[in-house]
Amino acid sequence: MRHLLSIEDLDRAGIERILDRAAAFAEVSDRDIKKVPALRGRTVLNLFYEASTRTRSSFELAAKRLSADVVNFAASGSSVEKGESLKDTVLTLTAHSPDAIVIRTPYAGAAGLVAGWTTASIINAGDGKHEHPTQALLDVYTLRQKLGSLEGRCIWIVGDVAHSRVARSNILAFQTMGADVTVCGPPTLMPRGIEALGCSVRYDLDDLREADVVYALRMQHERMDQAFVPSQREYAAQYQINGRRLGPRQVLMHPGPVNRGVELSGEVVDSPQAVITMQVKAGVVVRMAVLYEVLAGARDGRPAPRPAEPQLA
Amino acid sequence: MTSPAPTPAGVERWQARLVSSPARPAALLVHGAHVLDPRTGLDGIHDVLVRDGEIAEIGAANTLPAPPGVELVDGAGRHLFPAFVDPHVHLRTPGQEHKEDLETGTRAAAAGGYCALIAMPNTVPVVDSAPVLRALFDAAARDARVPVGFMPCITRGQAGRELTEMAELRALGAAGFTDDGRAVVDAGVMRRALQYQRLCGGVLALHEEDPSLSGAGAMHEGAVSALLGVAGIPSVSESTIVARDCALAGYEAGRIHLQHLSARESVAAVAAAKARGVQVTCEASPHHLTMTDEDVRSLDPRRKMNPPLRSGADREALVEGLRSGVIDCIATDHAPHARDEKEVPFEQAPMGTTGLESAFAVLHTALVVPGTLKLALVIEKLTSGLGPLGLLVPQIAVGERANLVLADLDAEWVVGDSGYESRSENCAFAGRRLQGKVLLTVAAGAVVFRERTIMLSAA
Repeated sequence: MRHLLSIEDLDRAGIERILDRAAAFAEVSDRDIKKVPALRGRTVLNLFYEASTRTRSSFELAAKRLSADVVNFAASGSSVEKGESLKDTVLTLTAHSPDAIVIRTPYAGAAGLVAGWTTASIINAGDGKHEHPTQALLDVYTLRQKLGSLEGRCIWIVGDVAHSRVARSNILAFQTMGADVTVCGPPTLMPRGIEALGCSVRYDLDDLREADVVYALRMQHERMDQAFVPSQREYAAQYQINGRRLGPRQVLMHPGPVNRGVELSGEVVDSPQAVITMQVKAGVVVRMAVLYEVLAGARDGRPAPRPAEPQLA
Repeated sequence: MTSPAPTPAGVERWQARLVSSPARPAALLVHGAHVLDPRTGLDGIHDVLVRDGEIAEIGAANTLPAPPGVELVDGAGRHLFPAFVDPHVHLRTPGQEHKEDLETGTRAAAAGGYCALIAMPNTVPVVDSAPVLRALFDAAARDARVPVGFMPCITRGQAGRELTEMAELRALGAAGFTDDGRAVVDAGVMRRALQYQRLCGGVLALHEEDPSLSGAGAMHEGAVSALLGVAGIPSVSESTIVARDCALAGYEAGRIHLQHLSARESVAAVAAAKARGVQVTCEASPHHLTMTDEDVRSLDPRRKMNPPLRSGADREALVEGLRSGVIDCIATDHAPHARDEKEVPFEQAPMGTTGLESAFAVLHTALVVPGTLKLALVIEKLTSGLGPLGLLVPQIAVGERANLVLADLDAEWVVGDSGYESRSENCAFAGRRLQGKVLLTVAAGAVVFRERTIMLSAA
């Protein structure tokens, strides 16, 4: 695999191969010396156009534990603020010959676009509201640890589906692994046509009991300003996962950072059902596996970028 | 209901102008081409003689002798049509000449087989006053290879509040009025424009979109936008305003032309309005007739346009609209943008695709070759766009000014990433293999384009 742009690039065997390798790397994270020489001499560039603490540091840790050199390039305080285009930035950074570029932007498809401009492997760390494939991989990894298999499991994704790249990547990844996915949230924050992805759509939590896994999404404050929902209070009343709604055998997930008292009550964040810190921990080993996959995994030569076959209109 | 007295049909106080730079009148004889003109009923192999820029004679195949000084064009195996007209292009002049200007835009038109264009006013500054319009006519007389007309804005500054000085603009030769790129959102302003039309004439060409429904949308709202996580522009953003403006035009007995229809609900609304006698015409673009939101899956910014590529059912409704006559003409909405403006992530990219150089081949390949539409119907719709403006409808008949396009329907070519006559390269069809190539274009009596490989011999 040359790039990881979308979870759609991976079939079930591909996901399992990456997660098996992540499980092997997990042992490294528990050592005193948390480092293996797998990517020694390779350069990984973190190019982040959006504020991110956990994803960026998770990728940085992953690369360093594989002995790669890491350069962080944040959009603020850089040439980007002076008006440089994405393409010019990428061309400039490519002159430093990075082996992989980890990119996050606020725009759908940006990672795919960048892949056509550079010889480096591209890992999509979030492109707008489109996809966040490594989040989906670490979530599947966490659920494999917790439940063994996702086959036949019922997973509810609850919250602002319209603005969530995590939701989109996870709907695809969970289904690829054999789970049944239901998305639930305010009708104003449910994208029209989302059921075409194969998931069920609900607008209330009345049947939440059927879920084996409850995956709550972050409710961003600016959505309140845009009047997608009448108030934070009403959102919490209708959609908050709290002790009353969460069953004792359900698994609770959240991509972080949590708004306590909005999408999750404080009690469930601290409950034994919550696997939120497991997800964070999984993030490092899964990203180690992804970096290894694109930089040292089975690769036979580099194909020319963007091969375009003319097709009849 | 009492209606206001309409301006008598066909009577316009002021005439629209089409302007181009002076060119040598053509003298050529096309031998043995398949001549197809849906209006005059020509559909067979004929010779066509053009002298002094006029169609001088139409004769049986390979019978007309070439008079001295007349170029002989071998038409064998080729088709000769009336040249195309486009009521909706963006030539980006004044102010955005890095995208296109009158010279490059009309060169692209000539290469696509066009003999007349109407340029939109959303330039910098916008065309909303007599001095700007006058300067454009002067520039066209210098630079335009193909005749160009101009539509100034309906509202001052294209801001949707006060009407432009429409009578003065019409007296200068404005082809009509449009706020293209934006709707006239305020229904009261739209109504006033329709009332004022009784004084100054000129069709109101309308971009139909409710910005409160489009929001920050960047593509058609549907399953594909849900998958891509890109905010959607719903079909009702267009169709609700189409219905509103048809109602207003009916109430004020005004004449409107609806630009680039994209949604099946809009086609239905226009059909209903036409059935109750509203004076409404409408256009569809080659990209909406041949592509859908599925073609946006790759998030190629060249496929971002407004209105967006919609669903398969919408596309089929547009094609059916051409067949049934609800849709009157095909217009490209040729919208050039510089390469660096389009080589950005999809959501950041400006709206629009170029279209003049690929329109005929795209329609021929996607609709005529598979048998969906008859060639004659496509030619009719490519040549009728200036009819609603009371302007040129090209015909192949003796005594007519020569507006002709010679095409090879079998020639295949691939739309390139570059190499256009247009200054811009943002073509949504880049990479497609097309069948059908324009070889020669005659506009307003002058040869304005020749494919390099065409065989010509002096008699």
